[in-house]
Amino acid sequence: MTKAELVEKVSQQINLTKKQTEVVVNTVFQSITESLAQGKKVELRGFGSFRVRSRNARVGRNPKSGARVEVPAKKVPFFQAGKELRELVDGNEFDEEIEMEMD
Amino acid sequence: MAHEQGTVVKADLVDHVYERVGFTRSEALNAVEVILEEIKTALGRGENVRIVGFASFNLRHKNARRARNPKTGEPITIQPRTVLTFKPSRHLLEATNRSPHESDHTG
Repeated sequence: MTKAELVEKVSQQINLTKKQTEVVVNTVFQSITESLAQGKKVELRGFGSFRVRSRNARVGRNPKSGARVEVPAKKVPFFQAGKELRELVDGNEFDEEIEMEMD
Repeated sequence: MAHEQGTVVKADLVDHVYERVGFTRSEALNAVEVILEEIKTALGRGENVRIVGFASFNLRHKNARRARNPKTGEPITIQPRTVLTFKPSRHLLEATNRSPHESDHTG
């Protein structure tokens, strides 16, 4: 699903035009982005939580040339799905049958 | 926003929508819920979700594998499963690395 498709589905449910809905959708993601940029974590019950992890600077290597390169410290946003979402996602069986049983 | 400092919860997002979009609080709450619900539904159907300018939520299928309980050394089978991975967009990575209030630059 793309953002445009999300906007379309949401607009049907909240009875706003796509244009208005897009503003709302953008506001939500912008708000999460700003919070993370300020070093805050975002916890959405029933969905999951977004946090920022710091990665130290390190010396890496260019895989092609083998040359050493300085990789600067950076802050990486990550997401941990809540239990409900994890279970929901794990319910997809991708056309495969899961027939293993524990015990 | 009377929550633990440093943690943003759904009510705070609702407040942002309320302040910036001109909805009532209940309309804003409903909009936030519907957005999260639609993302969940798509993932539940097995679709990846890609929000340009934010991130993608991708599903990854993991095959069954044998492993060991690291404590007891007992062999176990890990069931095939589907996990969710998160890939931040370039825009989001740039935002978290701008660090305007950070004092951790050298000097």
